[in-house]
Amino acid sequence: MKILVTLKRVVDYNVRVRVKSDGSGVETDGVKMSINPFDEIALEEALRIKERGEAEEVIVASIGGDEVQQQLRTGLAMGADRAIQVSADGDVQPLTAARTFLKLVEKEEPGIVFLGKQAIDDDANQTGQMLAALWDRPQATFASKVELADGKATVAREVDSGLETIEVDLPAVLTSDLRLNEPRFVKLPEIMKAKRKPLETLSLEDLGVERAGGIEAVSYEPPPQRGGGKVVESVDELVSELKSKGLL
Amino acid sequence: MRSLDPLDLYEIDDLLSDEERMIRDAVARFVDEKALPLIPKCFDEARFPAELIPEIADLGLLGSSLEGYGCAGLNATSYGLICQELERGDSGLRSFVSVQSSLCMYPIHAFGSEEQKERWLPEMAAGRVIGCFGLTEPHGGSDPSNMKTRARKDGDDWILNGAKMWITNGNIADIAIVWAQTDDGVQGFIVEKDFDGYEAREIHAKMSLRASITSELYFDNVRVPDANRLPNVKGLKGPLSCLNQARYGITWGPIGAATACLKEALDYCGERELFGRPVSATQSAQVKLADMARRITSAKLLSWRLGRLKDEGKLHPSQVSLAKWNNVRMALDIARECRDLLGGSGITLEYSAIRHALNLESVITYEGTETVHQLVIGRELTGHNAF
Repeated sequence: MKILVTLKRVVDYNVRVRVKSDGSGVETDGVKMSINPFDEIALEEALRIKERGEAEEVIVASIGGDEVQQQLRTGLAMGADRAIQVSADGDVQPLTAARTFLKLVEKEEPGIVFLGKQAIDDDANQTGQMLAALWDRPQATFASKVELADGKATVAREVDSGLETIEVDLPAVLTSDLRLNEPRFVKLPEIMKAKRKPLETLSLEDLGVERAGGIEAVSYEPPPQRGGGKVVESVDELVSELKSKGLL
Repeated sequence: MRSLDPLDLYEIDDLLSDEERMIRDAVARFVDEKALPLIPKCFDEARFPAELIPEIADLGLLGSSLEGYGCAGLNATSYGLICQELERGDSGLRSFVSVQSSLCMYPIHAFGSEEQKERWLPEMAAGRVIGCFGLTEPHGGSDPSNMKTRARKDGDDWILNGAKMWITNGNIADIAIVWAQTDDGVQGFIVEKDFDGYEAREIHAKMSLRASITSELYFDNVRVPDANRLPNVKGLKGPLSCLNQARYGITWGPIGAATACLKEALDYCGERELFGRPVSATQSAQVKLADMARRITSAKLLSWRLGRLKDEGKLHPSQVSLAKWNNVRMALDIARECRDLLGGSGITLEYSAIRHALNLESVITYEGTETVHQLVIGRELTGHNAF
């Protein structure tokens, strides 16, 4: 079985995000970029499945300019077997990404497509679900535990009320939640080996993907600055303050 | 106009290869997630975080620039970046890796027999055997040609007598690479910790490198088999070539320490309000911060150039001296100034400036004091040896 893992290049989670002065987007010049943390968790899980002998190959894929090769190389250094870059300029919306991954699915025929539940830049949380619909296969999203047996995946999902466990037939789309695992550290000798692993470059046109254009970003602005706190003298004063603000 | 990364104004990142950046980022993540949560407490308790050794080894940081024997075979710049990131955490952490890699594994790799390499290097790369390096003696470190430790041939063995001082890793070391005078000039010996007459005593009450182990080594008629002598080097060029490897890494380390201090000071001054404005909006703070960025930028360029020269096989020891002098001085001054900018907070271990400043007091002394390196450059310029 093959596992296809998608990796999105995003601003590193440790970076304090700044909005561009003209409000056209988020500053990425000179900003550290990384694999979307949920995608890294998805890759870790795929690698563990392979290491248990339940999959033969882990393929990582990313959509974007040549800069996404950095994230693909990191994925290869973590242990993926090969990488596919689908080159595309500009904004790639969730539906475009899902259509692209569908083409890769048709090409590679994986048993599992593993995505992060969402990317930490746009927080769309849509690509996995859209891919499952386009592919017409089951989905198990927000996974916090995954077990495979007899062509099925048993997945514990993090839902508002706690954990929900479902069983899906493979092939299927899985998306990872935060607590699924803790991704491994990249080992330095593996970084050198990753240089020699195959990285294939395709384009949206090669794959015949029609770009979706449903969403237009109008403007970006930073969240409002938090006002200062207030120290109250007594519980009574606290209660009346909360009441006056309509919070009680 | 685009804005620049405050910690990389000259976009020196672009001078690195993708692999070099990945290596740096991998070590940075280890330092941020595993080491930094432990370090301030270790420093406070004067304890080396030995529990990190398996992870350090697993990442491939031990002997990373050596070829074969379970080592990663990275280039010089990558080794430098490893040192930089480790010392962004703590000089003690970087010292541990410098000693294991450059001072212990390197001489076995460069001067050892095939049996010695196969016996020790894979175990050392895996962190299961820890080494220390004995060159400096109690009477002084800057004059190794006046070495008092002696090894005398006795049948097929050697009898070792003497003492070594300021030995990083001494009390956790399984082996010591000990340099001793012989009738044939200075030679290196692999002394195993259970050899009779060998003793390591930890040096306590240090105010610097507190998260690192420093020891004295004593050799009282220690019998060392000839198989433990490094066969392929005689004379001071043996230990000095090890120091040249380690010093190269030390030119990078303080860049990490200084960067940690500048980042902390930038954050602190940006958030701390005095007289109705952030401290970072005052001219006095800006002049200091700008000057730090200037000095870090030039230090980075020196080390970057040194790395490329080393990979081209053109590195000259005097070039290492210039960068060791410049970069450690730069970092020590910056750490002290950041301590000052942080006000009262700066004296606590909640912030890193004072810890880095105290550590760098050792770094400016060991591996050739600042003065020694200045005299090396003096000799290079004038042709006169003024030591």
